[in-house]
Amino acid sequence: MRLHMAVMASGFRRYATYWAATAAGVFTNTVFGFIVAYTYIALWDQRPQLGGYDLAQAVTFVWLGQALLAASALLGGGFHEELQERIRSGDVAIDLYRPVDLQLWWLAGDLGRAAFHLLGRGIVPLLVGSLVFELTLPASPLTWLYFLTAVALGVLVSFAIRYLVALSAFWLLDGTGLNMISLVLSLFFSGMILPLNVFPGALGDLAAVLPWSAILQIPADVLLGEHQGTDLVTAFAFQAGWALALLAAGRALQSVATRKVVVQGG
Amino acid sequence: MAEARADDDVRAHPPEQTPEPTPARATARERREAWGYEEATAGRGPRAYRGLRAYQGVRVYFLIVGMWVRSTMAYRTSFVIMTLGNLVVTALDFAVIALMFSHVDVLGGFGLAEVTFLYGTSSTAFGITDLLFGSTERIGRRVRDGTMDTLLVRPVPVLAQVAADRFALRRMGRIVQGVVLLGWSLAHLDVDWTWDRVLLLPVMLVSGAAIFASLFVAGAAFQFWASDAAEVQSSFTYGGTTLLQYPPTVFTTEVLRAVVFVIPLAFVNWLPALHILDRPQPIGLPGWVGFGAPLVAVACCALAGLAWRAGLRAYRSTGS
Repeated sequence: MRLHMAVMASGFRRYATYWAATAAGVFTNTVFGFIVAYTYIALWDQRPQLGGYDLAQAVTFVWLGQALLAASALLGGGFHEELQERIRSGDVAIDLYRPVDLQLWWLAGDLGRAAFHLLGRGIVPLLVGSLVFELTLPASPLTWLYFLTAVALGVLVSFAIRYLVALSAFWLLDGTGLNMISLVLSLFFSGMILPLNVFPGALGDLAAVLPWSAILQIPADVLLGEHQGTDLVTAFAFQAGWALALLAAGRALQSVATRKVVVQGG
Repeated sequence: MAEARADDDVRAHPPEQTPEPTPARATARERREAWGYEEATAGRGPRAYRGLRAYQGVRVYFLIVGMWVRSTMAYRTSFVIMTLGNLVVTALDFAVIALMFSHVDVLGGFGLAEVTFLYGTSSTAFGITDLLFGSTERIGRRVRDGTMDTLLVRPVPVLAQVAADRFALRRMGRIVQGVVLLGWSLAHLDVDWTWDRVLLLPVMLVSGAAIFASLFVAGAAFQFWASDAAEVQSSFTYGGTTLLQYPPTVFTTEVLRAVVFVIPLAFVNWLPALHILDRPQPIGLPGWVGFGAPLVAVACCALAGLAWRAGLRAYRSTGS
């Protein structure tokens, strides 16, 4: 456990080193926040209460998406390209030699990264958004605590999905195609391109039960106060359920994959 | 992962392109002489020299592009999958607009055909630039790892090498999507096609691509100073094309002023398109302003060229 805390801390420090990249990312998130916010305003102007959100809630959703984009690795990034490259080059054999579990090792590093991105890339865009637009941000610290819990569970789900994608490199060697499919699914079904409750009919119902909704839609709804009481517990259970199922799937795939590894010259 | 492998410069550029060895502290004039431009244009003045250099730049650009296309075609299945994937990722932009129009009939006073027209023109112009100049945004990586130096010793304009570096034919996906949607919108628009409107359409696409190209080059120049900050230029390139997919009426006058007077993205498609669609120009601009797009494009390219030269001169190698 102490080891994993150390890996997590170095994951945090690793991303904190590149302050210019962080500043550039914050700038880009903020610019996109403005662009998307104005398009949502035009949409909600004509359809107030679309998807059950009022205008302020819809604009808040935009800025939450920009704030969580890096932390929840909605555009990819994080660790999986790195792990794929280690699998392709064979360096993963060294990782497997270590007396540490592969999945937990990368999970600790990714949680450190997410913690940095949440602070470094999340706070400023949300602050700028709240200064320029009228946002629905809760006054109660308890709601913020629920929100952070939902974000943490969302990061777990996001990690579990990316870990599965990364392990595919054991069979495919080149993960580029699958990474792209994963990116499309993550953008579309997380709510990043449009809140899922705005999706029409069956598509909306489908999107709501897929794991990607745990990454952005549920944390956003928790902050917007859409989940209260037992509904909140159900939301957390939904996220935790997907996280456990996908992490278990990653573990199973990992044991199949590592049995496949042949280290040359050993 | 192809990224790391393909950055191998020895493979990327055949050795016969290696110039005569130049002294380590050669002056610009000595370097030019070693490359043979001076000799080839001797007695014909600086204009002939610059002409030959520009011609060489374009020629080498296409040589490098051809090489990357051949290298891409070695993995044909991968290429097909990546192109389709690219098409789907860019189509997500339009999926948002389509989903929005499943709830409303007009957005900011513009109907679906009109928004699609804006989307098609923005996406086509950006797609052309992304295909031809998209690689320039990777320059920060070269500055960081020191491989920029190899580009500097070759007898070829650096910009041509940077723009052609890792040329990705799969970016055709965006152009295809833009052209298809543009075609669809043209079939559904109710426009009085006078000769000036017909003329303005191709002019708009070419000037738009040039304006985006100037943003890519200026962004690349900025990375000579801030090699980690590649993402800043995404705000203007990717952000710009996203902005221009929506009607200008959606945005506030501050945003409109900024994209007319500061970073003239509005000339990519908004202002010319408003003339074609027979709508009034925003923020009190005169009706003919859309015709200024080619002039704005030329001015942008000139400024980007200056920025590029300044950036290149400021380049310091990592020394590792």
